[in-house]
Amino acid sequence: MTATAPRGTGGVIPGRGDGGPAPRRAAIPERTLRTDRWWVQPLVTVVVLVLFIAYSTFRAFQNAHYYATPYISPFYSPCITTRCEGDSFPEFFTGPSWISPAIYILVLPLGIRLTCYYYRKAYYRSFWLSPPACAVAEPHRRYTGETRLPLVGQNIHRYFLYAALVFNVILFYEAFRSFRDETGEWGHMGLGTLILLANAVLLFMYSISCHSCRHIVGGRLNHFSAHPLRYKAWTWVSKQNARHMQYAWISLFGVAFADFYVFLLATGTITDLRFF
Amino acid sequence: MSYDATFRVWRGDADGGGLQTFTVAVNEGEVVLDVIHRLQSTQAGDLAVRWNCKAGKCGSCSAEINGRPRLLCMTRMSTFGEAETVTVTPLRTFPVIRDLVTDVSFNYEQAARIPAFTPKPREADGNHRMQQVDVERSQEFRKCIECWLCQDTCHVLRDHEENKAAFSGPRFLIRLAELDMHPLDTVDRRDAAQDDFGLGYCNITKCCSEVCPEGIHLTDNGIIPLKERVVDRRFDPLTWLGSKIGRRPKG
Ligand code: SF4
Ligand code: SF4
Ligand code: FES
Ligand code: FES
Repeated sequence: MTATAPRGTGGVIPGRGDGGPAPRRAAIPERTLRTDRWWVQPLVTVVVLVLFIAYSTFRAFQNAHYYATPYISPFYSPCITTRCEGDSFPEFFTGPSWISPAIYILVLPLGIRLTCYYYRKAYYRSFWLSPPACAVAEPHRRYTGETRLPLVGQNIHRYFLYAALVFNVILFYEAFRSFRDETGEWGHMGLGTLILLANAVLLFMYSISCHSCRHIVGGRLNHFSAHPLRYKAWTWVSKQNARHMQYAWISLFGVAFADFYVFLLATGTITDLRFF
Repeated sequence: MSYDATFRVWRGDADGGGLQTFTVAVNEGEVVLDVIHRLQSTQAGDLAVRWNCKAGKCGSCSAEINGRPRLLCMTRMSTFGEAETVTVTPLRTFPVIRDLVTDVSFNYEQAARIPAFTPKPREADGNHRMQQVDVERSQEFRKCIECWLCQDTCHVLRDHEENKAAFSGPRFLIRLAELDMHPLDTVDRRDAAQDDFGLGYCNITKCCSEVCPEGIHLTDNGIIPLKERVVDRRFDPLTWLGSKIGRRPKG
């Protein structure tokens, strides 16, 4: 027995996304026919990023409890004004007292995360719903992607990477300085030292696994065979690059945790666990 | 072991259509295409479906199963519960011809626009030579079976018909990347990638990589490297300067 398909009438139904009519496409009114819980991932991303932004904004403006000898919170490092607590970094100028020293520097780490290829994917999907998940229609009428201002500005990502690499060096420097005790004597190590060190390593792995970094160390070449060392470096960076998303999240948690640990020390809530 | 499954299959043409529900037998080890064929031979003799190899290599049987772009022949029935309704629809991004068959000529039009491979002159003995490490990256993209699942999923095309004029889709961005990375090729396609093929439209949300049945890392290994190459040429004053004073020849 054969049945003839129903032939409906007049159906110019768009691919949904409200991008105007899409002539001759199959008439399927549902925004998506996915049956899995595709909305979980964007939702989790929004929640985690909003929590992080709220916490880091609060801490950056708090302008207190960011230094507990010998540790400085990564949010305030490098601390470059004369108003800084502690003596960790050359003080270049004196700003107005109501401006937290974190404000001068946080734009750079913020910049690399905002223009990062991975975070772009994360926030385009979860905040801008463009698309919320694969094969789920986005709500926007028009879409121009990264072709015009401001989003064409994402293309300067590599300059934020250069800045981030400088920050990576500074964070290692601060971590090494925390091998001194309260009196400035070398040969101290506390849990805070390990936390600052781990934070520096994670942030470094985040930078080194960056897509722009992968391009710069070797990706732009067409003849690897003529550049064996860069090929080696590219191969290694490529391996890290495959884990860039993981580094992005772990280093984000890491930096918040390191800050929180310093906060707890600075407010006297806990005392540092001291190994020697 | 057999069981009866509930299938909803989109039937219709460009003038309209809808989902039609069937109850159909499923045997152990079958894929969705087997079940569609059973429908065709037992209940819906005029059901249109395009297929060829049944081995995931010809790229003909692309459709959407429970809303996800997939190859009908590579989607095992065992991935669904026996009580689960399986919904099969045609690719949404392209005009439908009938039932599960769509008109994918947009993709062949895009393919024809790509500046062709233009090798440098042969060596004195008449051969072209290249090292494996140099051509390896391009080879990943040669695995493409042109199933157009990435093109179908990409929201730039899927949700915005009007973008088809400006954006050629992920398959062709990796084709451009393949040629631009090729050790023998001599054409610089970076300006064209940006201006003629709409590289800037891609917002690297990676759905193309998620659906590719060949497991090609379209975004990480093709599109992002291509974006970085375009940055070298268009957005980075330092590399631009380097190329002007001759410090940075191509490759
Ligand atoms: S990564 Fe770019 S090309 Fe791939 S599906 Fe997303 S927007 Fe389209
Ligand atoms: S890149 Fe993958 S998904 Fe896209 S057409 Fe080729 S095989 Fe299909
Ligand atoms: S830091 Fe994520 S891609 Fe550069
Ligand atoms: S029939 Fe050839 S890929 Fe499915």
